[in-house]
Parts: sequence; structure tokens; C-alpha cells
Amino acid sequence: MSQTVNVERPSTLQGARLPKWAPLAVAAGSIALGLGISAAAGLDSSIQWALLAAIFFVLASYGIAARVEGRRQAKDRVATSLVWVAFLLAVIPLVSLMWETVERGVKVLDGYFLSHSMGLVTDTEPGGGIYHAILGTLEQVGIATLISVPIGILTAIYLVEYGRGRLAQAVTFFVDVMTGIPSIVAGLFVLSFWILILDMGPSGFAGAMALTILMLPVIVRSTEEMLKLVPNELREASLALGVPKWRTIMKVVLPTSIGGITTGVMLAIARITGETAPVLLLVWGSTFINTDPFDGPQASLPMYIYQQYANSGGSGAAYDRAWAAALTLIAFVMILNLAARGIARWKAPKTGR
Amino acid sequence: MAKRIDISGLSAYYSSFRAIEDISMAIEPRSVTAFIGPSGCGKSTFLRTLNRMHEVTPGGRVEGKVMLGDENLYGAGVDPVAVRREVGMVFQRPNPFPTMSVYDNVAAGLRLNGSYKKSELDGIVEKSLKGANLWNEVKDRLNKPGSGLSGGQQQRLCIARAIAVEPNVLLMDEPCSALDPISTLAIEDLISELKERFTIVIVTHNMQQAARVSDRTAFFNLSAVGQPGKLIEIDDTERIFSNPSVQATEDYISGRFG
Repeated sequence: MSQTVNVERPSTLQGARLPKWAPLAVAAGSIALGLGISAAAGLDSSIQWALLAAIFFVLASYGIAARVEGRRQAKDRVATSLVWVAFLLAVIPLVSLMWETVERGVKVLDGYFLSHSMGLVTDTEPGGGIYHAILGTLEQVGIATLISVPIGILTAIYLVEYGRGRLAQAVTFFVDVMTGIPSIVAGLFVLSFWILILDMGPSGFAGAMALTILMLPVIVRSTEEMLKLVPNELREASLALGVPKWRTIMKVVLPTSIGGITTGVMLAIARITGETAPVLLLVWGSTFINTDPFDGPQASLPMYIYQQYANSGGSGAAYDRAWAAALTLIAFVMILNLAARGIARWKAPKTGR
Repeated sequence: MAKRIDISGLSAYYSSFRAIEDISMAIEPRSVTAFIGPSGCGKSTFLRTLNRMHEVTPGGRVEGKVMLGDENLYGAGVDPVAVRREVGMVFQRPNPFPTMSVYDNVAAGLRLNGSYKKSELDGIVEKSLKGANLWNEVKDRLNKPGSGLSGGQQQRLCIARAIAVEPNVLLMDEPCSALDPISTLAIEDLISELKERFTIVIVTHNMQQAARVSDRTAFFNLSAVGQPGKLIEIDDTERIFSNPSVQATEDYISGRFG
């Protein structure tokens, strides 16, 4: 008797499951439905059918799963499909932006474009390049990095390893305030101080100072978080060996966190590379190659893009150049990010056997 | 190398909270002294005052005298860094430096304190790893990361790291509490070998361990939570575990409280 019951009734641990291909089928169905409805109703925007499809997908996942698998599994599927929909919503604009930039940017992007300045090419005629802008961006960002990395890392070390009481609180507060400074304000600050009060001319260095103001809080914050992640036990182990505190920081704390710190610095660089406002105010831009960041106007990639767009008077050649420069800028930032990941992986504490 | 420690009238504070009160005792050289007592009674705090690690904690300060040989560790002008070179420490959880190889971990104390020749370091590293009974297990992987070893091996690596700088005293804060019985046995064997060369102080929650490894045992207790911990008695281990002179010790050892 009991045996027959066992055979007839499956284990209580097993329930009905939808096949593996079910979510894909539901997705295909809802996309078809979304397309069908928008075609029937005469909606011509591609966003509308995609949103309709997303809603159908979530609802259908729930309905089908609730019927076949039960309510708990259905809720699980809804959560999963919401995550997927959110992921797609986040990725689609990014991919389309990349696609658009690559498609329009490659038209004039070649060796000549990368190795020549605008020189005497006027904005409306084809030709010219972005060599002067790449040079300016590299110099301005490089100087800003050289200034802000040591100051930022030392500040973070002070805050985590030494800072107690009022001074540390004040520093933390001002770093937080600095994080929120809009780039135009940083630019205006340097403008009023460096150019208006000290009567210096526009230069790459002036722009680098504004970029430093923007970069510093990012580096302090990220380095601080990385240093806090270093277990206190490591510091104590080193101190208990009779190692002075500063050597403990240099040889144990910093090497343990160097991967994260590097990533933070790279992200900070990536952030300021695209800044236009302070460069516009302080470096002014130039169509000629200026290798000296301390004297005279320089170009930079974001400002080049802006100027090509603004001064083109609708000329296709200028638009092409702007897109190509945008593509170069994105590629530059992306290479930096890849380098940061590489360094982080290379320097991360090894756990392998 | 081993030196005697004399503690008199020692109290330790965390900011205004007094964690241990008026402790006086003598720790004999070339012997193992075990500290036992309920959690929170200040054993670890007391241990950390013996190499001035207590003051690393924010707000930590100490009153009283700790004589290492004929020098007061808390005397005027004493450099805590120099103290810690004389008095090494092994922690509860194995904490090898994650960025360093096995070799570099053992050499860390020497390298971070000065420059040594490669051949000199090789000798010290081998001697320390042999001293920690770890040499045979790691001699083929000296350049692999130290964090890739098993927990018990990591703890012996930490002991090797501590003895590589040739301290006079070795403090161990529950060195086996994160380890399995076999690794614990390895560490206990090691402790009985190391006491030929070092003065060893060990904090433990395991009474059998205290009975097995130590020559003298100190019992700490606190009258109530929030009160400072006190030394109840210190005596030969055999006496503490067979016929202690204070009732509270016997109650604790026989498991009637705590």
C-alpha cells in the first residue's frame, strides 16, 4: 500500500518546474506582443514597444510561473525578471551611445587626424586633427594627477592612521564639501585667484589646478575607504614585530591596499578627463600645438568637441571631427579603466595556493 | 635570551574605563605562564600591556611598572618600538601579511627594521621555520603567498615570524582558538620546545591546554561586568589545578561558573 503511494506521488521536495527555455520564450512572446500592439496602435517610438514588452514580460513571467510552479517561485521569477529589465534599461542607452559615437566617429578618425592640429584649418572645412587637443588633455590631466595623487593619498593616510579629534573631523568635512563642488565653481575659483588677482595668463597649468580641486576629494575618499579595509590585525602584527608605525604603513598597509587605491586614482583621472567648464575658463583653447602647459592657451579634447560643435555653423566636417574626438576621449577613458583593472588584479593580495 | 618579567601595581585603561586593576606578578624566564579566566576579565589586555601594544588602541593607557630584566618598559624615554622587538607577540587569528610570500613573511620583522644580506636572511628564515616546525611543510613553496597555507600552518608561520627577530619574550593571545585539534597539538608541542629559548606567556580559554603546556598558571577574574579585572592567584600549574588556594579558582576550573 505504502509503496504504491510512493510511486504515484512524487517526492514532496520536487515540484513542477518550468523548462529552462521558458524565460526566453516568454521574452520572445512579450516582444512580439509589444511590437504587435504598437504597430496596431500606430505608435512609432521604439521606446514604447520596448516598455510594453518589458511590462508584458514581468506580468507573463508571474502568471505562468504562478500557475505551474506556485506563488513563491512566481515571486522569485518576477524578482529575476525585474533585475533583467532594469539591467537592459541601464545598458541600452550606454550601448546605443557607444554605437552612435563609433559609427560617426570612425569617419575621420585616422593617423592623420591623431597626428595633426587644426592649425589654419577653419572650422567649416574638412581636414585638421586633434593632436594639439590630445597633447593638452594629457598635460593638464597629468599635472593635475601629479599634484593631487600625493596630497590625496597622504591626506587619506592621515585620516585613517593618525587623525583623531577636531582636525580629522574638519578635514573629513571639507573633503565632503569639496566632493560636491561643481566644476564651473572650481574653474571660477582658479580664474579669480590665478588670472584676475595674480594676473597670470591662461595656461594648461591653470586648468590643471582647477582639475586638481575636482580630483582631490575623489582620491581622498577612495583611498580612505581602501585603507579602512586593511584589517587592523595586520597593523598590529607588524607593530608587534617592532616595526615603527610609518614603516608599517609603507610596507604593510599600503601594499595591501595598493590595488584599490590605484583603481580609485584611475577613476578620478577618468572623471576629470571629460571636464569642459574649467578648461573653457582657464585654458581658453587653441587651434595650434602648444607643448608648454605653463604658458599660453592650450586645447583639450572635451573643449575641442564643444568648439567643433559650437563654431561649426552646421558644417558636416566639424561635426565629424567632434564625433571622432569624442570617440578618442571615450577610448582614452576606457583604456585607463582597463589599465586600472589590470593593476588592481595584478597587485591584489594573492590567496592562491 | 630569555628574561624575567616583574609586574607591580599595573592598571590598564581604555579612556576612563579601568580594564584591569593593580596587578603584580613575576613571570619566570624559560618557562610557560598561562593566563586563564572568564571572557572580559582583562587577560588579553594585560598581555598586551607587556609589549606596549595596549596603547595602540585609541584611548589605551597604563599605570604601574613592568620590569623586563632590570628595565622598566614604562620608564621615561622608553621607545615602544624597541620594547616590541624584545617582546614578540602571536595573535588569536593567524594574520600573515597577505601581500608577502612565506619567505617574506618570516623575514618581515628583520627586513622592515633594517637591511640584511640575502645569505644572512636565508639562514634566519630557515632557522625560524624549523623552530616553528614548519620548514618541512613549506620549504618547497617559500615563494608562494603565505595566505595560501592552512590555518594551522599560518599560525606556525606567524610564530616563525615572531621568533625570527629573536625576542626575549613571546606573548601568545589564544594562539590555538581558531585551530583544529591536530594543529593545536602541533602548536602545543612547539610551545614546549620554544620555552627552552624564550619566556612564554599564553592566554587560553582551554583549561586542559593550560594544564598541558604551562609551568605556572595565573587566574584572572572580575567581580561584575563593568568592574576591572583582577589577578586572583598565580601558582604552579599543578597546584592551581589540584589544590588552588582560592575558592573562586576552584569553582572556575571545575566549571561551576564562568
